[in-house]
Amino acid sequence: MVAPALLWTLAFFVVPFAAMVMMSLAHMEGRDIVQGHDLGNYLKIFTDPSLRRGIFVSLEITVVVTLISVLLAWPLAWIIATRVPPRWRRMALLLAVLPFWTSYVVRSYSWALVLGERGVVMNALVGLGLLAEPVQIMATRAATVIGFVHFFVMLLTLTIYSNLIQLSPNYARAAEDLGASRWQVIRLVILPLTLPGVMTGAFLTFVLCIGDYITPQILGGNNELSLPQLIMLQLGRRGDFPMASALSVVLMVIVTLAYAGCARWLKMERL
Amino acid sequence: MLIKLTCSALAVTAGLASAAQAEDLNALIWCDHADPELLQPFEEAHDVRVNVKEYEGTAAGLTLLEQSRPGDWDVMVIDAVDVGRAVERGLLAPLPTEDLATGSYFPEAVLADHTTVDGTTYAVTEKFGYNTIAYNKAAVDPADMESLDALWSGKYDGRIAIYDYYLPVLGLVGLEAGVATADLDAAALETLREPLMKLGAASKQVSDVVGSQTALATGEVDVLIGGGEWLTAVLNAENPDLDWTIPEEGGLLWAQSLAIVEGTEKPELALEFIKYVTSPEGQARLATSSCYWGMPANKAAGDVLSDEQKAILRWDDQADYLARAQLYPVPDAETDTAMQDLWTDMLQN
Repeated sequence: MVAPALLWTLAFFVVPFAAMVMMSLAHMEGRDIVQGHDLGNYLKIFTDPSLRRGIFVSLEITVVVTLISVLLAWPLAWIIATRVPPRWRRMALLLAVLPFWTSYVVRSYSWALVLGERGVVMNALVGLGLLAEPVQIMATRAATVIGFVHFFVMLLTLTIYSNLIQLSPNYARAAEDLGASRWQVIRLVILPLTLPGVMTGAFLTFVLCIGDYITPQILGGNNELSLPQLIMLQLGRRGDFPMASALSVVLMVIVTLAYAGCARWLKMERL
Repeated sequence: MLIKLTCSALAVTAGLASAAQAEDLNALIWCDHADPELLQPFEEAHDVRVNVKEYEGTAAGLTLLEQSRPGDWDVMVIDAVDVGRAVERGLLAPLPTEDLATGSYFPEAVLADHTTVDGTTYAVTEKFGYNTIAYNKAAVDPADMESLDALWSGKYDGRIAIYDYYLPVLGLVGLEAGVATADLDAAALETLREPLMKLGAASKQVSDVVGSQTALATGEVDVLIGGGEWLTAVLNAENPDLDWTIPEEGGLLWAQSLAIVEGTEKPELALEFIKYVTSPEGQARLATSSCYWGMPANKAAGDVLSDEQKAILRWDDQADYLARAQLYPVPDAETDTAMQDLWTDMLQN
């Protein structure tokens, strides 16, 4: 029964990954790829300031995006699951995931227009007298974070909602019977019970965010380079497949570590 | 072997879903060749389908070719100054010069020194233009734009975008520092670090073609270094204030060429495609492609282009512009790596 799954994994993960690792051990001589078995590319990643910084840029953005998305998505999911009448929940969820219906690239360019100095946000803030003059958001890390959060709040809302909706209302009732306040019920009962949904959504957010090239490229203004941007730079500009492979392996290792860090909470069957 | 096979498969499947079909022409191109207005007449005339795959940067294009099987690709668009690199690696096939329309070309656009190696022609130029300064004349003083100094003066800090291609921008930084593009070697490059970093600090963003167009069109920035007619011409109808100039220090001449890929199984069809693109009609369509405009290498395209189109392309100013423009730097592998390292440092700091 597991043979097809194993074959699939072998063909579409193990073999390509092995090829990528082998390529990462090669190096460039002039414009030629020379096969080899040295760790020069990995050494360079951790000694070259520009490459090393790419790792930190990616990690910083990803952690911030994941935290903000969780903080926004949990209340939204909770409101939909507990405060919205059942007959309106489907509509509420539909509205929550509506931005998924547009192209990811188009959505990023739309944010570029919205966040620009002459965009809707700045016009509104200046028009309302909250700002004397427009400030720069577009082409900064803040723009990248906003673009990401907009996308991942939807994803997290779905995973947390699917977790919340399965919780028996008896948990809350029992806690209230025992004298817990509304806030204590949420903090001490509901929140811990939704950890599988939160962690699954957070892990997916982490994986998708740290590997994303489009959003930082369009909204970040190339004023700092994330790991995927550095990988694209090696492929698209330099034709340096070995370095691109080494950076990709580093990305895989980071994702694996993230998985290891939250594996105990990742219970897909609870969703 | 495993790596090569995997890369080959990836490269081919990326743009060649139907490469095996007999009536297809597979072209490695820049985005201006993806315009149906350009391709459709050729496809109809020869009853073929042109499959295109865009690539960015000669290094990436050459790597794609090397990771592919002979016959996967038929024609390729390549920077004219990089033809020698491709020939050196055995990637391009000779072109029959008697079939090329270079007799009616702008003489400066033929670039035979670059498209011919050891007496054999491997590519023919098809389109050219300038990497220089593009700006919004409603927001900046056009007189300032007549010198590259303005970009380092502080007056336009935070209103500048840099076109994200290291070769032309480093060439322009070199011109500002008094280094001709032909002299831009590894040693000269170090002298450009400081002005490049200053330019990076003064800029708001470093962006590709679409990002640069968007930034200039929306007023996000007012000046684009590395821009030119290829960037502002397509926006002319929407915003006639977007303009460009070649400053007193000079600008960079870009020239793209078309070549037949070595190993093609359809050399006759590939040659027909080149003859079509370099014909007056093909040249006019290519010059006004929806992705970006540029001057046609073949002067005879002037008979096909409208007066309005020629005005946007500054047809009548070409003699002066060509005299003041320098060719792209042609770095050796070591210098190219140093240039890209410097560029990455600028982006990351």
